[in-house]
Amino acid sequence: MSAGAVGRAHPRLEGREKVTGTARYAVEYPLDDVTYGWAVPAAAVRGRITRIDAEPALALPGVLAVLHHGNAPRLSPDVDPELYLLQEPTVHYRGQFVAVVVAESIEAAREGARHVRIDYDTQPHSTVLTADHPGLYRPDKVNPSYPTDTAEGDFDAAFAAAEVQVDATYRTPAYHNNPMEPHATTAQWRDGQLLLHDSNQGSTAVQAAMAELFGMPRESVRVISAHVGGGFGSKGYAKASVVLAALAARHVDRPVRLALTRQQLFGPIGYRTPTIQRVRLGSDADGRIAAICHDAISQTSMITEFAEQTAVYTRSMYAGPHRRTTHRLARLDVPTPFWMRAPGECPGAYALESAMDELAVACGIDPVELRIRNDPAVDPDQGHPFSSRNLVACLTEGARRFGWADRNPRPCARREGRWMIGTGVAGSSYPARARAAAATATALPDGGFVVRINATDIGTGARTALWQVAADALDVPPERVRIHIGDSDLPPAGVAGGSMGTSSWSWAVVRACQELRDRLGHHTGELPADGLTVEAHTADEIRAQRPMARYAYGAQFAEVRVDADTGEVRVSRLLGVFAVGQVVNPTTARSQLIGGMTMGLSMALHEEGVLDERYGDWVNHDLATYHITACADVERIEAYWVPEEDPDLNPAGVKGLGEIGIVGTAAAIASAVRHATGVRVRDLPIRLDKLLGVSELA
Amino acid sequence: MRSFHYRRPADVAEAVALLGADPEAAYLAGGTNLVDLMKLGVQRPDLLVDVTRLPLGGIEPLPGGGLRIGATVRNSSLAAHPVVRRDYPVLSRALLAAASGQLRNMATTGGNLMQRTRCVYFQDTGKACNKREPGTGCAARHGQNRDLAILDWSEQCVATHPSDLAVALAALDAVVEVAEAGGTRDVPVAEFYRSPGEHPERETTLPRGALITAVRLPPLPAARRSAYLKVRDRASFAFAVGSVAAVLDLDAGVVRDVRLAYGAVAHRPWRALRAEAELRGRPFTPELAGRAADAELEAARPLSHNAFKVPLVRAITVRALTELAGVEA
Repeated sequence: MSAGAVGRAHPRLEGREKVTGTARYAVEYPLDDVTYGWAVPAAAVRGRITRIDAEPALALPGVLAVLHHGNAPRLSPDVDPELYLLQEPTVHYRGQFVAVVVAESIEAAREGARHVRIDYDTQPHSTVLTADHPGLYRPDKVNPSYPTDTAEGDFDAAFAAAEVQVDATYRTPAYHNNPMEPHATTAQWRDGQLLLHDSNQGSTAVQAAMAELFGMPRESVRVISAHVGGGFGSKGYAKASVVLAALAARHVDRPVRLALTRQQLFGPIGYRTPTIQRVRLGSDADGRIAAICHDAISQTSMITEFAEQTAVYTRSMYAGPHRRTTHRLARLDVPTPFWMRAPGECPGAYALESAMDELAVACGIDPVELRIRNDPAVDPDQGHPFSSRNLVACLTEGARRFGWADRNPRPCARREGRWMIGTGVAGSSYPARARAAAATATALPDGGFVVRINATDIGTGARTALWQVAADALDVPPERVRIHIGDSDLPPAGVAGGSMGTSSWSWAVVRACQELRDRLGHHTGELPADGLTVEAHTADEIRAQRPMARYAYGAQFAEVRVDADTGEVRVSRLLGVFAVGQVVNPTTARSQLIGGMTMGLSMALHEEGVLDERYGDWVNHDLATYHITACADVERIEAYWVPEEDPDLNPAGVKGLGEIGIVGTAAAIASAVRHATGVRVRDLPIRLDKLLGVSELA
Repeated sequence: MRSFHYRRPADVAEAVALLGADPEAAYLAGGTNLVDLMKLGVQRPDLLVDVTRLPLGGIEPLPGGGLRIGATVRNSSLAAHPVVRRDYPVLSRALLAAASGQLRNMATTGGNLMQRTRCVYFQDTGKACNKREPGTGCAARHGQNRDLAILDWSEQCVATHPSDLAVALAALDAVVEVAEAGGTRDVPVAEFYRSPGEHPERETTLPRGALITAVRLPPLPAARRSAYLKVRDRASFAFAVGSVAAVLDLDAGVVRDVRLAYGAVAHRPWRALRAEAELRGRPFTPELAGRAADAELEAARPLSHNAFKVPLVRAITVRALTELAGVEA
């Protein structure tokens, strides 16, 4: 069927609009009579609002209204407690939005927000996660629906009997998603209909949430998300900005634009929970794992439960007959954690892959070889066969490209001037899933085709990839195809998340295009003026998939330099090899992979939400003080993929690659730092103060 | 909306008069710090006096040697100036180690010296800060203070001065030319900044309304062998965790002259006079450099999260001087 568009590098279809600034984002649509909303965060951590005095704000020129729990339109309490905003006086965390100021200009709204006087009745709070927090409990499931704990065989006995044991605890701090475009919305009510231009990763779900919140039929809500400036998971569902904008627009009966500030992204939109992870590995002297256990602790809020699936990665990654994983959670007076690029796999792989490196050192076995020796034949968790498992191919191809064979395993063996140099490796995996979607394909009388699906392009190149897939499925040159995405009026589809955007959407697109070709084959005479349209739904086909373990795999190699005196760490090389099924567009695929790897570098060395327990929030809530890796930190970064044909995935044969790049990267870097210096840092980020004067320690 | 006035004075005298007449007025130069602080509500001037069009943009050699740098010279221009690069490399390197290309294109010499601390508590109006709001307390004293002072702090304030440029100027014994209501005055950089003491809200010794018009670099042939070493948490676009500006003049291996200043350790750029005294007149060795740093850092009182700055500053002192001396460490 291939016309050859899939697999060919192609620039983004909307690239020109983006670089020339004409692509419209959520709060950039020209509108008459528009007003501006500014969200007001709570200054208390835990308590109740006893009084709100809006008068000083309302007295300012240009301020139109102040919404709060005492006057805001009512919402349904049954949708999501996170979205039940401005309905109650309760405050669950510092920074929770407790009011919105609406004004004629953004400056007036901001100034108004400073003049809303709020009194609180406060209570003592707890905001710091500890391994012995008295509130730790066992959640019923972990995100999204994995069992909380698993056990096979007898871990305790096997670990006690193991010749070689690794028992280590790893800590990761809070990470904040920080997409370039903040969460932002323009809301307009017209004759009881709600029109939203919103920055999100999937507007079908946002449409449904907003309709339920406001007690309206879905058809009365339309959400347009033509261009989205990133999300990293934090825009995977409706968030405060869209709810506050809609409330405000209804209250003032005018359109409202509301964008969160950079500071407001540190909390209310979700973040990656801090984790405390104990990993135990028991093996024989040859490194064959007998016992494997991963105990993960993380936090959630008082509002709702989000249980990061941190230890799930360990269930299927490496072999070993005796295995156990557990998750425990503490409810703190903090914002609710949420999805951030590879929730679960990312922090979990940091711990497990670091422990694998420790096991390699303890056994005196090369860490690449150790992973190959423990590559399972079937999924050790469920016993299912793998649809394809090419971790070993990634490791060997990566080792070849990286020049791993020359490595002297001894730590502190390489020194160039002030730099101590080391290398490290980690494996990575990420589930290859798909969820149901619908798409239509239309043949036009002029020979053109139009494909419609409510996919979302959050900067990944999804629009272009689907266009390529559609062209091949129609067996026409891509120039004859137009693709429409990013609008809830289009056939419904799932979120751009979980690395299952392209797999899910392309499935529906391929089926619609195939059926259209079929229909055209039987069609005689002229096409009607509005074309011939078919619609495909994939729910039944996805449900009928046979149970298999479906994963993308990768291997990350890092070379680092550590300044012997100051402890500064620089990553001189980062190389990843991935097995991700069919790559649709090498240009955008590579961007996703190196973007994920860069974010993993950032996690290893730079990012950390620094909490002040007295205030109950992160004090470094801007991009000047919350450090994200800069270009100069990424000295050389390469991503490759091995050829992989997996017939048990989806029609396009794609595994998704938005997340696998971040998984494992931090462990590779941490292990390289250990190789360079002899010092194993088990709490991220690896900042210079943890390695200062390392030449004397080594 | 909080409105403010904007004025573009015709000359320095008018600028100084405008500030003098309005206690809530502020000078605006590159705006890279002030505008951010206005958006955050940390600074709320009611009048901005834009000084960027004043004729203060030149870099001129001085008759007796040295250089006069106009207050509105952009950081990027100053860093690239051939005489600066040749005669005062420490200055060029300090500038290039700071901020980003875009910010250096906007930021000015005078504005750089007047920038405010990046202490996270100062920048958040929801938290206690004596510098922002005298009398409210110092949340950083027992808070998240990893990036803050180890020297000369007070119970009222543990902030550091963020400028890299100022550290180089301190090492070079630069002089700040200031216009005031009563005329002009020279203020050595060493006397330009204050310790926080009881009044951290006052950062310089300048009277209100004073305007920096230029910075003079005295002739210092030894500065041709000078260096700026900055340690930061990422490779670029970050404030210093610790920095050192160093000038070293050796005569047959003996320290004839040395200038040392530290950044990110105190409320002001920290001229390390004790270390200099320890070094001067002695044959240079890396061990001597270490002892000199120890002498300077004897007075250090680290906070709860920044004890590492003491060995860090020691390490970069030794490295900077050793590299300048051209000896093997």
